[in-house]
Amino acid sequence: MVENIITVKNLVKKFGHFIANDHLNFEVRKGEIFGFLGANGAGKTTAIRILCGLSYPSSGEVKVGGFDIYTQRNDIKRNIGYMSQRFSLYDDLTVYENIRFYAGIYGLSRTEISTKSAMLMKKLGLEEAKDKLLKDVPLGWKQKLAFSVAIIHDPKIVFLDEPTGGVDPITRRQFWNLIFEAAVEGITVFVTTHYMDEAEYCDRVTIMVDGKIAALDTPAILKKTYDAANMNEVFLKLARNTSTA
Amino acid sequence: MENPSISVRKISKSFGSVKALDNISFEIPKGELFGFIGPDGAGKTTIFRILATLVLPDKGMASVEGFDVVKDFKKIRKILGYMPGRFSLYMDLSVEENLSFYATIFGTTIKQNYDLIKDIYRQIEPFKTRRAGNLSGGMKQKLALCCALIHKPAVIFLDEPTTGVDAVSRVEFWEMLRRLKESDITIMVSTPYMDEASLCDRVALIQDGKIMKINKPEEIIVDYRFQLWAVCSGKSFDLLKDLHNYPGIHSVQVFGQSAHIAFEKSILSVDELRKYLTNTGHKDIEIEEIKPNIEDCFMELMVQEPIPQEKKTLTS
Repeated sequence: MVENIITVKNLVKKFGHFIANDHLNFEVRKGEIFGFLGANGAGKTTAIRILCGLSYPSSGEVKVGGFDIYTQRNDIKRNIGYMSQRFSLYDDLTVYENIRFYAGIYGLSRTEISTKSAMLMKKLGLEEAKDKLLKDVPLGWKQKLAFSVAIIHDPKIVFLDEPTGGVDPITRRQFWNLIFEAAVEGITVFVTTHYMDEAEYCDRVTIMVDGKIAALDTPAILKKTYDAANMNEVFLKLARNTSTA
Repeated sequence: MENPSISVRKISKSFGSVKALDNISFEIPKGELFGFIGPDGAGKTTIFRILATLVLPDKGMASVEGFDVVKDFKKIRKILGYMPGRFSLYMDLSVEENLSFYATIFGTTIKQNYDLIKDIYRQIEPFKTRRAGNLSGGMKQKLALCCALIHKPAVIFLDEPTTGVDAVSRVEFWEMLRRLKESDITIMVSTPYMDEASLCDRVALIQDGKIMKINKPEEIIVDYRFQLWAVCSGKSFDLLKDLHNYPGIHSVQVFGQSAHIAFEKSILSVDELRKYLTNTGHKDIEIEEIKPNIEDCFMELMVQEPIPQEKKTLTS
């Protein structure tokens, strides 16, 4: 029995007259790696902010992790993780301080923080760097650490907003190994990316164009439907002729 | 090279204990479209800032159009167009106001060099009264490019112009750059997107403050020393693990649905590999000989960044 961890029905978000999200309908299954793609200005960030409980829809039904977006936003926030390229950890705290800070915010007890942070640092090979200020840690390592911190409280869902932007190609692949491991452990991963080869790693992909969902399916079916050799071609075919400014 | 447009000789630059550039040298002829390909932290922005006369190098010399970056910085600033990494125009001014502002600062008018930016500006002209802050990522890039070109510079620096921009806008942006070449402007671009390397005349692969290779993209690919196969099967995740265990393989890297395996020429046989994969439970096995792309080459050249405690420090 497939369990839906996110359900979105007729989601509409307007800013004045501008319709950023125009009747979105989709479900995300538990343990899925769900790719959320779209051109700039297509409405992705607006939708993600709503799913994270950071903004209200104009209308429509949204449930995240079983919680209602209108009445149970705090429950949603406790059950999700979030990481983006633009902001993840604090440069002026050490590796360990960052882990402790976020674990604390997510409500972990002192013992849990102690155990989990040791496990996490060991897994990433960062034990020796425990007291290094984050700004002195190379970007690739920062991103891997940020992801691990985003799931330190074993959330149901983790939202990743362009997590591999600007990272070297080897680290990018290591990062995706971390994502696969998280998915295997049952964490649902909701990821946006501008790297089209990463779209191929997703179980299903949705492409937003002009505030609507233009396509939603597995990469294999999308490539067949749009007669494309890879996801880059699928994207270009769908997103090329839009009115987005 | 005779009369290079850009010349950099043994430049080093450190910020505190971080060595951002380590003895970098290169030359760029007039009118070339030259790309710096490398991840964040490689040193790309530092090179741009030194050549744009915003930061002084610790060691070495550099010149732009024959002018020294230290002694003749004022002359360079007049003939340079610069699009820095982050959107740097005025969010609260409109598209038109931004363009007019930049034209005025450089002592010219929009009309004077309109021909140069016409193709690009036409795409954002319908929104000319909109505030720059309300433009989408792709549109901001186009406006920033117009502002960098409005005074008909001899040289233009574009620092990661396509970062954070979607695949469609990226393609359009590079089409614009290639058309710009016709005006004989020297164009220096940096990008972390490896696939954009093939759109440049020549590229420098850069990591950790060092240049690993400079050449035409085609030549870099020819220089790749291994044989490369693309392997797919129904079970991608297990495929990587199983390939890692197969003897004779130098490296395994995932590329979307397939795995690229590199090995010394002629050391592997397709039939043997297919047999092995079938025995480890794979079906729908496809093995194809491929030419490397720039990303394959980059990964082969790069040294994995050491874990933080060994991070580069100034030798005392």
